[in-house]
Amino acid sequence: MYQMKKDRLTELFQAISGTKDLFLPLRKCDQTNYGLWTPEEVFDLETLKTVKSAKDCFFPQSEVLYRCKTEDGKISIDPQKLCDRPFVVFGMRACDVKAVEVLDRVFLSEPVDTFYAARREHGTIVSLACHEPEETCFCRNFGVDAAASGADVETWIIGDSLYWKPLTEKGEALTESLQAVLEAADGEASACEAEETVAREQEAIRGVIEKLPFSHLDLSRFQPENTMELFDSPLWEELYKPCLACGTCTFVCPTCQCYDIRDFDSGKNGVQRYRCWDSCMYSDFTMMAHGNLRTSQMQRFRQRFMHKLVYYPANNDGLYSCVGCGRCVSKCPASLNIVKVIKKLGGEA
Amino acid sequence: MQELITRAKELLADGTVSRVLGWKKGDLGWDPEPAWFEKEEDLEGFVYNPFCGANLSKYLIAAGKLEGRTLVFLKPCDTYSFNQLVKEHRVKKEKTYIIGVGCRGTLDPEKVRAAGMKGIEDAAVDGETLKVATLYGEKEMPLKDALLDRCLVCKGKTHVAYDELIGAQAGEEAGPGELAGDRFAGVERLEALPPKERFAFWQGQLSKCIRCNACRNACPACSCLKCVFDSSQFDSSQKANADTFEEQMFHIIRAYHVAGRCTDCGECSRVCPQGIPLHLLNRKFIRDINTFYGEYQAGADTESRAPLTDFTLEDVEPGIVSKRGGGR
Amino acid sequence: MCECSCGGKTKTDTLIPMVGVITDIRTETPDVKTFRVVGRGGKKLFEHMPGQCAMVSVPGVGEAMFSITSSPTNTEYQEFSIKRCGTLTDYLHGMTVGEELTVRGPYGNAFPVETALKGQNLLFIAGGIGLAPLRSVINYVLDKRENYGTVDILYGSRSMDDLVQLKEIQEVWMKTPGVNVYLTIDREQEGWDGHVGFVPSYLKELEFATDKTVLVCGPPIMIKFVLAALGEMGFEKTQVYTTLELRMKCGVGKCGRCNIGSKYVCKDGPVFRCDEIDELPPEY
Repeated sequence: MYQMKKDRLTELFQAISGTKDLFLPLRKCDQTNYGLWTPEEVFDLETLKTVKSAKDCFFPQSEVLYRCKTEDGKISIDPQKLCDRPFVVFGMRACDVKAVEVLDRVFLSEPVDTFYAARREHGTIVSLACHEPEETCFCRNFGVDAAASGADVETWIIGDSLYWKPLTEKGEALTESLQAVLEAADGEASACEAEETVAREQEAIRGVIEKLPFSHLDLSRFQPENTMELFDSPLWEELYKPCLACGTCTFVCPTCQCYDIRDFDSGKNGVQRYRCWDSCMYSDFTMMAHGNLRTSQMQRFRQRFMHKLVYYPANNDGLYSCVGCGRCVSKCPASLNIVKVIKKLGGEA
Repeated sequence: MQELITRAKELLADGTVSRVLGWKKGDLGWDPEPAWFEKEEDLEGFVYNPFCGANLSKYLIAAGKLEGRTLVFLKPCDTYSFNQLVKEHRVKKEKTYIIGVGCRGTLDPEKVRAAGMKGIEDAAVDGETLKVATLYGEKEMPLKDALLDRCLVCKGKTHVAYDELIGAQAGEEAGPGELAGDRFAGVERLEALPPKERFAFWQGQLSKCIRCNACRNACPACSCLKCVFDSSQFDSSQKANADTFEEQMFHIIRAYHVAGRCTDCGECSRVCPQGIPLHLLNRKFIRDINTFYGEYQAGADTESRAPLTDFTLEDVEPGIVSKRGGGR
Repeated sequence: MCECSCGGKTKTDTLIPMVGVITDIRTETPDVKTFRVVGRGGKKLFEHMPGQCAMVSVPGVGEAMFSITSSPTNTEYQEFSIKRCGTLTDYLHGMTVGEELTVRGPYGNAFPVETALKGQNLLFIAGGIGLAPLRSVINYVLDKRENYGTVDILYGSRSMDDLVQLKEIQEVWMKTPGVNVYLTIDREQEGWDGHVGFVPSYLKELEFATDKTVLVCGPPIMIKFVLAALGEMGFEKTQVYTTLELRMKCGVGKCGRCNIGSKYVCKDGPVFRCDEIDELPPEY
């Protein structure tokens, strides 16, 4: 366990960004989102939930896969260089850390997505514990511990200090490179004191989490063997009604991983084939030349939640593709969200 | 609120309407959800409170395709959108039964959060104060600071379309309500900026866009069956911010498409997950229309011809663009 | 194996295609052409198994999944029979021999030609362009004739002019011992003295014995009625294989759009045994 005064955070960030790219929650135009930190940027560690999750750091909303040029009828393909520069994402909450595990199962399974794998290889995650969890949080249901994320490095901001605890080899290596800023506990007594302070904070966080309105959802019906029963439920018709068919839930979600592959014709510079986040809420998601198999918003709405709560777990040892970050709860323009779906289909409401 | 439920039940029971479009209580104090009620007993979940910001007008396009009449609860400003939809033949008046509900401003949960309130469990209006119950204790803030931006320039308490009113009075003068601030102050501030700074402002704001299309899908004026941005034959159909130019195109084109039809209901800014003040683009158009063609409020009625779809000899000449310096 | 300009330095992502050259184009029907494709060096692009697919693309126009219609026993090239029905296929139909496109794959599973189908009597049922994936299996089976029992092929199309691979059917398949070919078209037509009627009803007329394993591909509506007919005839769902098509982008089960329940058509399919499909939500 290491610690440092909170007012030295900029120093810490400067030390990290000296050798690596540093992604931090940045305050820009009244909103907080992850972005590449430079000393001119304003970081914001107070906001519990960034609008978009840290997903962008590993799976950016839009990325070029390769460039194509056709000259004299010959096509040349120039693949995008993979990420080869180490980077650190600081400030990720435990739910977002868990979401990376959900993404890993998709992108690191065979055949490995090399773009994602390269970013995972070069990225080190430093999490920040949720000092004051909010009413929209329901991470507890998905085995997330807001007080201990299990990231490469776990940190807590308590009072005027930052506590820093490396957990993995990557975390240790990062810690090693920051010895000038981080203060190792001076003697056993002080080490003990730091541990106790963090333990008290963890207990407080877990205490709040226990009392949150959505902390005790009943997920027992969301099992692969109930696929057909859930799929055929008449409740979808009722649930989806206010849905505006926008992609807000999808794009603020830390685990949504569907993507589209498209071409951007940049004229004489050739064609950029890029991929970008897609939303199963969009009408063209399953559109083919000869028709569309999901023609109603109800079907599209059902797909999103069936995927998160039934299909994904069926393929991934029961792991749900929701981490309870609550972004959809606070951002849906029609106040729909996965909690309402879980309650309704799970038999609670 | 009980009065609204009772009346809705009566209208369902006597067959005047086949369904009710209103709001349903959410799980938290601040997240009522637009809801359809078909049975009297379902109305027990009905709610109407200052967090019912959603403008229900657009749902009437879908409701119009269903059998029978739909009872809808509209706040004064929502009725402008309704009228505009009627004018554009998207919604039929005879398929709708409007109960105009009184409104003293609707609230923005994001603003409550921005005021530093974490863990909002419930909130209640007490005079000019918003009392908020949070996980971390009782808190309060001035009501005005929690109002949606659109309410700060309220169009007034008058419903421009209704079948009956509950909690509101007929004949209240149309026009600014007591909250009304200067509607165009934001636009004027931007106009006064040097072009470079104005560009930087929009670039900063629009680069937050995640292309979720919430603004478009919530917008009562965006009622095209198939949006031009949903066409795969069009380079601007990108879902993502391939580059910022595309983002600007999306929002600017959208503003052009709704120009003269936008009632300034503010749904675009209300639903934007990134808090982009999109209404400022629309208001710029409204202000210009007012300047060039005389005061015009889209949705004030269902018959008048809109300035941009009408021709008069007094119309401004295209040359105005360069006269104002836009042609440089 | 990487033919792109990276020079094979990096491990190539499965999303990065190879350059293919069109070496032959056959006009099969008014709206179907068969494209023969090889790598730039003149060699086959990759090895595949019958039923697998590949992503064919023209940069700037689009990319889509097509079944590989040639048999793996062909050592020289791959073929794609492509129906003109959208932006990309329109463009492909305008291409000429010698032009380049990009190909990545192969993707998906294959018909179990080396396991479950081995030693079996086989009944192929195809409609229209649905012959494309089955042709790969048929030619594979004919090339390894000794490994399989009897072969019956029932193929139908809207009209005489819409039967794809007619030349091969008449000159090769019909002349192979132990292979019976039954052709049908939807409506009477001058110059056609064969069977007239829809595939499912012809199937019932033919009264096949149920000692066969059936492979079906065609338009969704045909598949639906064929499966019903097979049921009536006493075939078990475990005896029937089909191949499905949904919107695909990545080809490797990650982009999330071709799922039927928890299965991805691009990765877990496109070939499914019909009893497996029964367990999935009806979204195909």
